Amino acid sequence: MTTAAITEVNQPTATTAVQQRRSAAPYMNPYLAGVGLGLVLLIAFITVGHGLGASGAVVSMVGAGLQTVAPAHAANSEFFRPYLGATPGGTLQTWLVLELAGIFIGGFVSAWLAGRVKRGVVGRKLGGSPRWLTAIAGGAVMGFATRLARGCTSGQGLTGGALLNVGSWAFMLALFAGAYLVAGLVRRQWT
Amino acid sequence: MDLTAPFYQAGALGPRSGLFIAVLIGAAFGFFLERAGLGNGRKLASQFYLNDLTVFKVMFTAILTAMLGLFWLGQAGVLDVSLILLSPTYLIPQLVGGLLFGAGFVIGGYCPGTSCVAAASGKLDALAVFGGMMAGILLYGEVYPAIRPFAESTGMGRISFSQLLSVRPGVLVGIVTLLALGGFALAGRIEKSRGGRLVQPE
Repeated sequence: MTTAAITEVNQPTATTAVQQRRSAAPYMNPYLAGVGLGLVLLIAFITVGHGLGASGAVVSMVGAGLQTVAPAHAANSEFFRPYLGATPGGTLQTWLVLELAGIFIGGFVSAWLAGRVKRGVVGRKLGGSPRWLTAIAGGAVMGFATRLARGCTSGQGLTGGALLNVGSWAFMLALFAGAYLVAGLVRRQWT
Repeated sequence: MDLTAPFYQAGALGPRSGLFIAVLIGAAFGFFLERAGLGNGRKLASQFYLNDLTVFKVMFTAILTAMLGLFWLGQAGVLDVSLILLSPTYLIPQLVGGLLFGAGFVIGGYCPGTSCVAAASGKLDALAVFGGMMAGILLYGEVYPAIRPFAESTGMGRISFSQLLSVRPGVLVGIVTLLALGGFALAGRIEKSRGGRLVQPE
């Protein structure tokens, strides 16, 4: 028995042996996770009177970065000026930055408990273009878009969705349309 | 004494406790995103190849849960829903923003919140998406004076569908619930017809 078990583990390469010992747990049922997320959103509404966000906090981060690197330029920026100062943009901005830090912590805790913390890159190389290029390019287009839309999948999608906000539902429908339109161009990266 | 929510607006919660709650709520948010598999770019992108509709299921279950909770707590008089401010609608900029956002999402593989969750679990491509997002926001800030007229066009104010259509909120809550349930049934059938190959942890 023991020898059989040892040879079984030793047969494959070293990495598969490690994966067998510390295999990643499967993901949670999506409807259960969705109810969990919905309750978190509801608790935010009940306690602080507003919903969740993610991209809004990044504006504060970029603004603070710009202020450090080019203070005069930042002070003259029509867009970033409201985000600078002691309590940038009021307490809501501070709230969003702390919440984003929480998202990072919670994501790590969940992945760690499930054995899913693993350094690596997801997605195949697309033709001659390295994966980091599509990641940065996609991120840049998305970041720009969040400011036109006044939010992202968290602040508009989930929060505005639950509040039946007209602009949020317009954003969400356009988001799915945009993604399905462009998906064909990057199919090889994902499938 | 009757205590009405939202607690912050009711004065039952100071700004400092509010900030403490921010970290807790964020952590719970990130936890459930990762639990569902939304810290994996392949699972997120698979939504747009119709192989794995987890994004749709999680998103609309969350919307349904929070929407029904808000509605019934409001009906029970426990929560003053009018104190929860809607973000103002700018119809055309938000439609264009949505189209661009969707394109960037499928090219990069993550949305802003899920890029943080994925980066926290070691996905380096998600870190690159986050960096790209910062660059995109910086670019927006730089060109803002030029695009401001467009960005602030077609403003409709803080408006919900109930106000837009002059329909009682309960009716819309019912319609959205039925649409979502229909969507879930359809999503299950689509996944089955594609062979049910859901994306697993890598």
